[in-house]
Amino acid sequence: MELPIYLDNNATTPLDPRVLEAMLPYFTNKFGNAASRNHAFGWVAEEGVDYAREQVAKLIGCTEKEIIFTSGATEADNLAIKGVFEMYADKGNHIITATTEHKAVLDTCKHLEKQGAKVTYLNVKEDGLIDLAELEAAMTPETILVTIMYGNNEIGVIQPIKEISAIAHKHGALFMTDATQAVGKIPVDVNADGIDLMAFSAHKMYGPKGVGALYVRRKGPRVKVTAQMDGGGHERGMRSGTLNVPGIVGLGKACELCRLEMDEETKRLSALRDKLESALTVLEESYVNGNVQHRLPHVANISFKYVEGEGLMMAMKDLAVSSGSACTSASLEPSYVLKSLGLSDDLAHSSIRFGLGRFTTEEEVDYAIENTKKAVNHLRDLSPLWEMFKEGIDLSKIEWAEH
Amino acid sequence: MAYSEKVIDHYTNPRNVGTLNKEAKNVGTGLVGAPECGDVMRLQIEVDDNNVITDAKFKTFGCGSAIASSSLATEWLKGKSIDQALEIDNMDLVEELALPPVKIHCSVLAEDAIKSAINDYRVKNGLEALALPKSHH
Repeated sequence: MELPIYLDNNATTPLDPRVLEAMLPYFTNKFGNAASRNHAFGWVAEEGVDYAREQVAKLIGCTEKEIIFTSGATEADNLAIKGVFEMYADKGNHIITATTEHKAVLDTCKHLEKQGAKVTYLNVKEDGLIDLAELEAAMTPETILVTIMYGNNEIGVIQPIKEISAIAHKHGALFMTDATQAVGKIPVDVNADGIDLMAFSAHKMYGPKGVGALYVRRKGPRVKVTAQMDGGGHERGMRSGTLNVPGIVGLGKACELCRLEMDEETKRLSALRDKLESALTVLEESYVNGNVQHRLPHVANISFKYVEGEGLMMAMKDLAVSSGSACTSASLEPSYVLKSLGLSDDLAHSSIRFGLGRFTTEEEVDYAIENTKKAVNHLRDLSPLWEMFKEGIDLSKIEWAEH
Repeated sequence: MAYSEKVIDHYTNPRNVGTLNKEAKNVGTGLVGAPECGDVMRLQIEVDDNNVITDAKFKTFGCGSAIASSSLATEWLKGKSIDQALEIDNMDLVEELALPPVKIHCSVLAEDAIKSAINDYRVKNGLEALALPKSHH
């Protein structure tokens, strides 16, 4: 076992060697521009792209023509939301999203608010799921788009996508989802789920960074988005720019591997995650954040009360994880996602996200359990809050010097 | 962001972790910060008849830099007179630990903890509390 151990697979994943192998020829002898129609170099590159498009389409149950390649999920989110806002301006200007969305969605919505959009930010329940009745109540005749993420990047909860899309459609709105954390990890079928637009990315599923896709429905209804980049009219005019052929080939291969290995991998990862989680919640005053029934198989987000996340990560020095604490940010504000669940700031500061992946072994999980336990105990020995808790002092009654 | 060697040293082997009897007349206790902000420091000093700090202890809830700042502060306090202790400036801690700008608030908190402990000691012994400069973070 090599140290340090990578348990931050929600941030990014390593490239699968099989994906790299598929990509390599497209850097060297198959270097052509996929838009070059008049010679073999272009045709070979285009073939690679076409094949990748099939591989991607197969994973999410759509047709090849519905895939628009982008530089990643952030660009796909921007294209979908801004593109729908512009294209459907005649119909309305209201967008519904949720407070726990990724910044790529939230900040895009904020940008559109300055241009006249009305945006509703739905709160989530304690378990991280949105309230369907609240969504229904928020729908208006001007609502053109509902955008709710599939699986959350911090806590892994999976939203009730079918129910959400049904509500959106009932009121004549389109449904879009940022499925960056879900595609390739759990079965996602755009038709069964009623998805009209969907953003996702290669580097979260063992593909390369810098490439992703936007699914845009072509039938029932035919969805259109206004291009956000002008140029050569690539990708059916929706996304100009020379195609990143090696990246696209990598995304295709990554999708194929995820599709073929998903069933077994889900079983393996959820067993490992459950092992990690049950071993760590044996520690006193430790809490799992988010709904534990409806969530991605590879994520565990745990708060260890009375220790601070960043300090804790420093003690877990052989483990690469992430924390909802934000001691380094200028605002010192902890994770807005955890706060949206109603978690108090101190619990949000005490959270650690473990993200398991394809290359995580049981031996690594066992090591992570021991290392984390030791770190939590070390930090609690240093923590005045832990001492006060142990003495039975009610910390909420203390007048803290806010700073 | 990588931590400096000195931060790692103090974090891994914190000096003077512990608790003094906060009821004792010759012990001053400072408790600063807030759990919501992600850092709380408790720093205690034991003072002899000559106004010299003979012992110092801390416990800190916070990041590595906060723990290192309070650990270093207790090291510096031991053997100093109260007047000398009042002269410890947060920028001295920043320099010694090579704290980056985003971690300066940790040193400010440590300075606040020192002053707050001294004030607790002063009040217990019939002296007036000194005016504390407002925290900058």
